[in-house]
Amino acid sequence: MLADAARGFLDEAAPVGKLRAMRDAGQTHDPDLWQQMARMGWAGVLVPEEAGGADMGHAAANVLAGEMGRSLSVSPFLSTAVIAATALRQVADERAKTALASIAGGTRTYALAVDEGAKHDPEASQLRAERVGNGFRLTGGKRFVIDGGFADRLLVLARTDAGLTLFDIPADRAGIARSAQRMIDGRDAAQIAFHGVEATGDDVLGQVDGAMSVLVPALRAGQAALAAEMAGLAAGAFGITVEYLKERKQFGAPIGSFQALQHRAAHLWCECEVTASAILHAGRVLDESPGDAGLAVSLAKARATQTAQLAVQEGVQMHGGNGMTDAFDMGFYMKRARVGAEWLGDYGYHAGVVARLRGF
Amino acid sequence: MQDKDELAQFRADIRAWLDQNCPQEMRDGAVGEDSICWGGKNWNFTSEAQKTWLDRCAAAGYTVPTWPQEYGGAGLNRDQEKIFHEEMGRINARRPLQSFGIWMLGPALLHFGTHEQKLHYLPPIARGEIRWCQGYSEPGAGSDLASLQTKCEDRGDHWLVNGQKIWTSYADKADWIFALVRTDREAPKHRGISFVLIDMEAEGVSTRPIRLISGASPFCETFFDDVKVPKSYGAGIPAQVGEVNRGWDVAKYLLTHEREMISGSAMLAGGARSLGAILAEGGNLDDPILRADAMRAEVDDLAFGLTLERYKDQSEAGQGTGDASAMLKYMGTELNKTRQELIMAGAGSDALDWADGRAPQWLRSKANSIEGGTSEVMLSILSRRVLGLPG
Repeated sequence: MLADAARGFLDEAAPVGKLRAMRDAGQTHDPDLWQQMARMGWAGVLVPEEAGGADMGHAAANVLAGEMGRSLSVSPFLSTAVIAATALRQVADERAKTALASIAGGTRTYALAVDEGAKHDPEASQLRAERVGNGFRLTGGKRFVIDGGFADRLLVLARTDAGLTLFDIPADRAGIARSAQRMIDGRDAAQIAFHGVEATGDDVLGQVDGAMSVLVPALRAGQAALAAEMAGLAAGAFGITVEYLKERKQFGAPIGSFQALQHRAAHLWCECEVTASAILHAGRVLDESPGDAGLAVSLAKARATQTAQLAVQEGVQMHGGNGMTDAFDMGFYMKRARVGAEWLGDYGYHAGVVARLRGF
Repeated sequence: MQDKDELAQFRADIRAWLDQNCPQEMRDGAVGEDSICWGGKNWNFTSEAQKTWLDRCAAAGYTVPTWPQEYGGAGLNRDQEKIFHEEMGRINARRPLQSFGIWMLGPALLHFGTHEQKLHYLPPIARGEIRWCQGYSEPGAGSDLASLQTKCEDRGDHWLVNGQKIWTSYADKADWIFALVRTDREAPKHRGISFVLIDMEAEGVSTRPIRLISGASPFCETFFDDVKVPKSYGAGIPAQVGEVNRGWDVAKYLLTHEREMISGSAMLAGGARSLGAILAEGGNLDDPILRADAMRAEVDDLAFGLTLERYKDQSEAGQGTGDASAMLKYMGTELNKTRQELIMAGAGSDALDWADGRAPQWLRSKANSIEGGTSEVMLSILSRRVLGLPG
């Protein structure tokens, strides 16, 4: 039901053609689209009802993310509605409630600034938050901050005296320098430098030196939704490819009548089905017992990464020369899959989590 | 869907029943070949407890929990079935009875059989009194199963059967066989096949075991030499299931159940235990390549286990998963082969002695992606029926 409604909207308002037009115009964010999504309750999908949200849970958020992946829609859904909302929900104060209400209303966007190296590794954060009087001074840099070019606020992971601390600060605060990256998939991302940025105790989300109690749930929610998006992306690439196999003729027959391609397509479908199970499971566990979701979420992200990469590679190959042209959409899927593969932990990162939790 | 209170009550009832009725010796969680109760006229119970457990379960319908009560089952729906298996698992109860009658013939009879056939055949299957085997493949009809040639001629009051079947598991121990035979040699190949039930004690039926690369095996060749099969075993009980010459429909339906069974048992063969834990015992997880391969396999195995559950949840209790069973069969068996390769690699030369026991399992797993339809046949089925690619 939710999936059908979402698909209907996205096919109309944010299909792949829209991403193409935005890329051609050098545009990475569409505020009008986000407002429409907010009006449908998507921005507040994880925001409690008392803060004006729809509070539909992670399984529903994953359904929406999956449909966005299928159509390669561009929005701050993951950064804002999933990751930031989940982080803010871990904190039960009035400020967080206000922030959640702004998210649900579509008036505030967020970006998560955790990584500093080429691979996802929050624990390795070196950005320093030095104690100055009653407050902090942030110095260092973050990379690969998805939606960081336009977000109103940043969730910044910083090293404090005895651990890591998560700050929630406006993106235009003095000392913050954002440089937009021109990403292969046409979405927004930034490198962000922090030159002695002042922060107060009020800017800390959760406890000083205790970032993980807020960040881990937020990351898991984001990883699961990203996995759902990538599974949707895989399904989208697969669907386009199967249609092409039925239409494209060579040697006087549809190329989909050739067993070499039939078996590859059928195998890809099997991989998509197995991954879909892991996505559904992750949503269920996040809703029912979020504290135990580590295995389910990493399983989903690992599988989705693998399946999306297979789907786009098969997609380009089975489209032949057409798959290599910019005029066909498959390239957009391939580039989004590569970015998604790296964001919030790659295959090896999440397979490693699975292995650790399974006694390797 | 029943409400939560009803299901909670059901769980309590099952738990109490198991507590009272499952003998201690049957609570060891054993799943190996030696521990299976196959039933049948010539079955030798390995212990008094095994017999007691079978009789008690049969009386309550729990050997075939989802079958209707009038045919020997307990009439459970899918939610109840899940609870039943969870409670069985909780006390590590052995399955009271396993058989091809339960896995394959039963579902086919429930779907295609007459009421009289169901009443005649299903309760003895549920009670473990009659053991069945499957006569499908022939030396010249493997992946192209519908080209089978076993001759079944109309001789007025009886059929006369001549021909040979191969890969008939446990034919030497079975009481009856469900077999595909050709009843019309002129019709197109799918339209001349019938699904008939034959007593293995009938004159002219003989069997010969097949030795596999993994050693002795339950597989046999089965020969029919002028075997007379009555056209009817009683009122409303014809020798065939479904109509004469329409046996291919029954065969296909039954195959979807066989494929689910194989994908499920491929999981059981090792999927329940972490591959990491298994390899760590051998001390070889330090090899970075083996470790990486095992991590990939672990991810895939876990996701496949969730897929089996998802598809079972989607289907009605006791009903099949249809064409998607080809996906479960393909993925389950390929993953199990990978798993067995990794277990052998992890064990190194320790596993090379026959006495070690791992090599036969590894070798046997190679048949998983052949029996019940090869991986390639599965992919062809999926590409035609699910993806809609042109023939």
